[in-house]
Amino acid sequence: MNNKIWMALIMVLAFARPMLAQNAVTLLNVSYDPTRELYQDYNEAFAKYWKAKTGQAVTIQQSHGGSSKQARAVIDGLEADVVTLALAYDIDAIAAQAKLLPTNWQSRLPNNSSPYTSTIIFLVRKGNPKGIKDWDDLIRPGVAVITPNPKTSGGARWNYLGAWGYALKKSGGDESKARDFITKLYKNVPVLDSGARGATTTFVERGMGDVLIAWENEVLLGAKDLGQDKFDIVVPSVSILCEPTVSVVDKVVDKKGTRKVAQAYLEYLYSPEGQEIAAKRYYRPRSEAVAKKYAKQFPNIKLFTLQEIVGDWQKTNKIHFADGGLFDQLYQPGR
Amino acid sequence: MARTITLRTTSRSAATSVAQGATLESPWVRWTLTSIAIVFLGLFLFMPLAVVFVSAFGKGIAAYFASFREPDALAAIRLTLLAAGIAVPMNLVFGVAAAWAIAKFEFIGKSLLITLIDLPFSVSPVVSGLVYVLIFGLQGLLGPWLRAHDIKIIFAVPGIVLATIFVTFPFVARELIPLIQAQGNDEEEAALTLGASGWQTFFRVTLPNVKWGLVYGVIICNARAMGEFGAVSVVSGHIRGLTNTMPLHIEILYNEYQFVPAFAVASLLALLALLTLVVKSVVEWKSQQDLKEPEEDWSVEPA
Amino acid sequence: MAITLKKRSILPGFGLTLGFTLSYLALIVLIPLSATFLKASTVTWTRFWQTISDPRAVASYRISFGASLIAALINLVFGLLVAWVLVRYTFPGKRLVDSLVDLPFALPTAVAGIALTTIYSSHGWVGRYLEPLGIKAAYSPLGIVIALTFIGLPFVVRTVQPVLEDLDKDVEEAASSLGANRLQIFTRVILPAILPAALTGFTMAFARAVGEYGSVVFISGNMPMRTEITPLLIITKLDQYDYAGATAIAVVMLVASFTLLLAINLLQKWSSRGQRGESREEAVIAGNPLEPSFVQ
Repeated sequence: MNNKIWMALIMVLAFARPMLAQNAVTLLNVSYDPTRELYQDYNEAFAKYWKAKTGQAVTIQQSHGGSSKQARAVIDGLEADVVTLALAYDIDAIAAQAKLLPTNWQSRLPNNSSPYTSTIIFLVRKGNPKGIKDWDDLIRPGVAVITPNPKTSGGARWNYLGAWGYALKKSGGDESKARDFITKLYKNVPVLDSGARGATTTFVERGMGDVLIAWENEVLLGAKDLGQDKFDIVVPSVSILCEPTVSVVDKVVDKKGTRKVAQAYLEYLYSPEGQEIAAKRYYRPRSEAVAKKYAKQFPNIKLFTLQEIVGDWQKTNKIHFADGGLFDQLYQPGR
Repeated sequence: MARTITLRTTSRSAATSVAQGATLESPWVRWTLTSIAIVFLGLFLFMPLAVVFVSAFGKGIAAYFASFREPDALAAIRLTLLAAGIAVPMNLVFGVAAAWAIAKFEFIGKSLLITLIDLPFSVSPVVSGLVYVLIFGLQGLLGPWLRAHDIKIIFAVPGIVLATIFVTFPFVARELIPLIQAQGNDEEEAALTLGASGWQTFFRVTLPNVKWGLVYGVIICNARAMGEFGAVSVVSGHIRGLTNTMPLHIEILYNEYQFVPAFAVASLLALLALLTLVVKSVVEWKSQQDLKEPEEDWSVEPA
Repeated sequence: MAITLKKRSILPGFGLTLGFTLSYLALIVLIPLSATFLKASTVTWTRFWQTISDPRAVASYRISFGASLIAALINLVFGLLVAWVLVRYTFPGKRLVDSLVDLPFALPTAVAGIALTTIYSSHGWVGRYLEPLGIKAAYSPLGIVIALTFIGLPFVVRTVQPVLEDLDKDVEEAASSLGANRLQIFTRVILPAILPAALTGFTMAFARAVGEYGSVVFISGNMPMRTEITPLLIITKLDQYDYAGATAIAVVMLVASFTLLLAINLLQKWSSRGQRGESREEAVIAGNPLEPSFVQ
């Protein structure tokens, strides 16, 4: 009887050993939900590039989920070589909580470690029956808005901050007006999904709500996949510049000896090839040249940055999303 | 005494033949009650089962089978089989040992022990996952030590196996304890007096008597092991093709609007559930067959 | 031996099996669970109290326990009905129905979750008929009740069924000959006999529902204060890097589990005492492995 247990234990331990062959190298990229298609393409391209350059075969494993859920997994010991998350705050958390990377990680790569950007736009039902044109229309009574929970979803935080920024700009910086706007907006939210993917499913497949606030890349990609005959894209007058960030996880790559390839993996994102793949998957590229080439597919919106409306992510989180923060105060569920 | 047994083993026909007049309602009451019961079960049991298969085949048979050619789906199936393949035998060994100790001996604290064995049933799967994070996570009690020694527990296969063992912990034991208890000690004591060794007694006398209960315990344990979601979700890390089990893979597919593949994988688990119920029915039937003989012996005793 | 035997037995293997049982139990269940309490004890009492009495946490208890209670009540009523129909009546397909009752035990919760959501969402098989009536099933507290009803469905049926089968019809006939009508017989004779079993099943369904996660997350919509169940709140707290908060709520859930388990044990004792003198012992000897001793 004991043999069985030992066999099982040995099997378990065998699997527990890191899967490292000598010549080949494996990277784990822990990312957020909507980047699945992007990194599917990118991983293939990078593996080809790396093989040609160094002769080493590289396999990249992917993990996707809500951005902060993913960060938490890394904090708890998920051995990510690189993290590519929806917002800097989540990578900050890894630095602060688990000390797996230095707190100045954002200065290590160009553009604040944000190789591609996106923004927040709307998706409405075909023909736009509720006549939604801008942020203001979202707080009209009788308009059901689908957006995920900003406490758990990175995308939802950008949605929230887009609305906040809009209200702030419109009122000339009057915070009480902005609070009022947010209160009304979230009164119109019938379902608060925990992640961006869930919210899109709710809107697209479950047919709930009149308007979905979502990532531009998600909406543009979705419009192609989900059938253009069912939805229209609405571009608001202004929106927020979303900067998803990437970083090497120092303690992990040093332990696994993968720093070189992990570093190259992220740097290649800034290369013309990397930028082009991002653009093809509807992320706004940082490279001027690539941006010009793909300019047609991105709607023209005036974008404001997080810095302009609140400050850095630490401050933003403290004011808006921490327990007892503004969102908790303003969100009154139910209608 | 005999009557009860007859009733139980052949209850399906007996119940109706005995029921008359005073013990039976008027036809329309019967009809109404039966209809309500069927509608209720229809809404809550048959429909969910049906919707899984209808959605899985929603885009044709080709699309259905294409779902299983995905390497990630295959990896999820493999991992699920592995996790169940380790968790079930371990809980089987535990179940047999626990049942032997509890059913064959009297000792202080026995009922407390039984209660503790039941504990994983009533603990929320999320909490079961959380406890492993609190212990083996990098921020947990053993996390730093494990990392220093390069042993991965959570976000790797061992964590998934551990969580699976936890949630399916009591099944075999719970199934065997009342059975072995009911068998009494006489046969074993006779075997021992006749010179059999302990192991011989167990394998030749005890085990054959409870084999059907054992089979059932194992398959229900297996169904639960393969289907566990909450606890495994907390400790998995969701690495595609590596630490996603079938239920987790279903969630991912579902959240990516890939409904056909999601329901296709779900249909495998639903088939497993149905198979479990079939085995249960066979076990039921077999054990009734085994009971047929003693029934005759007992029927001469006064009721 | 540290543990004194109450009764001498010539059977071997007591030390081995009990030793193994205890170490396995400690390793898999007890030590991990006590780690939770250990972690919780690192938090100050005020902070702990603040976390567990936070309005959002309290709302989640209300939803979890409230929905579980409603679901368990539904299962109590319909479970009795189903058990009654399965034991007393015949109809085509009865065997099939009887074996399918156990489906919620065997069907993975995630599968149940996506299936129920598909049925009860506004485009679903049932949801589309509820929508015009102004009833929103999926993504509302009602959705949670639906999922929890599914999860707990077999408990009452399977605890009541054997008792009902063992019930002696002579008593009913006697009552009838003394002039009692069918309703009186049911409330005065049958109900008291099956009540302990029914309550056991009810409590089991309730306990199972309180901790349920997999099927609920798909159908509930997960709105804080409104459809956020307690297990989800634990996950949410974790995702906000609030380990202490998650642990504190987990402790509340664990205490609830212990209490419910205790209640189930007491009910089961009561239930088996209620049947002694009838035929409980024989029922066990009949060795029916099919009665769900596996239910909790």
